[in-house]
Amino acid sequence: MIPTYEEIYAALAERHGAELQKKLSTARTAVCGLGGLGSNIAVCLVRAGVGHVRIIDFDRVDISNINRQQYFLEQIGQYKTDALYEILKKINPYCEIVRTNERLNGENIPEILGSEDIICEAFDDPEAKAELVNCVLERLPEKYLIAASGMAGLLSANLIKTRKVAKRFYLSGDGESDVSEGTGLVSSRVMVCAAHQAHKAIQIINEEFQEERK
Amino acid sequence: MVRINGEMNDASGKSIAQLLEALGYSPQRVAVELNMEIVPKAKYSETFVKDGDSVEIVRFVGGG
Repeated sequence: MIPTYEEIYAALAERHGAELQKKLSTARTAVCGLGGLGSNIAVCLVRAGVGHVRIIDFDRVDISNINRQQYFLEQIGQYKTDALYEILKKINPYCEIVRTNERLNGENIPEILGSEDIICEAFDDPEAKAELVNCVLERLPEKYLIAASGMAGLLSANLIKTRKVAKRFYLSGDGESDVSEGTGLVSSRVMVCAAHQAHKAIQIINEEFQEERK
Repeated sequence: MVRINGEMNDASGKSIAQLLEALGYSPQRVAVELNMEIVPKAKYSETFVKDGDSVEIVRFVGGG
């Protein structure tokens, strides 16, 4: 038996407090890129009871993703949006999950992300990261933006930090560890960075959002 | 002097494009803030820094 909306909400409110849970349940978030960062960020947000998560990716699940991304072997070949939707709905069937199966670019970013409050950049390609960040900062300056740079390899997980770059722009990562140099992406360190981004989103929801929204 | 990522640099009079090149950044992999305002990529060549300015260059490396 799957619990009712009220039962799940009550369990979340008991953990987080009624005030925070109300804010979380009305927050609108977007996760751009559903790889090692994005699939883990989305799981964190949905587990925390964030009410709306838009998940964006154009790619399919590949066997090389399984080392650090939330997908299961049986999902290889599925679109990441569909595969992650299934996982997230198993965690909280009442969360509003919107799938956007597109490649984001300067043209479509304002329309796709225009109705969200908090945008998590979770791409792997550095030029795609920069394009998204520049576009959001230029065209959607009222949004909160949490990006990531530098989480590859086996250096200490403690080097992963989140810093505030501008008024509504945060950056997680060590700033240095490039996937093209050395060990590649290891689940534990990528998940630390993803958790940093999700945690910053939850902090923003707690600190910046009014309890009575909508 | 201009503050670049927290460090003082004798870069006054240079454009953002010149600064990025001098410091070894790829313009396609950065976001640049000048005095807390984003500098549009299309304006890197025509935006010049002056004494007292603060520049923040965010560099993106691969992986995610």
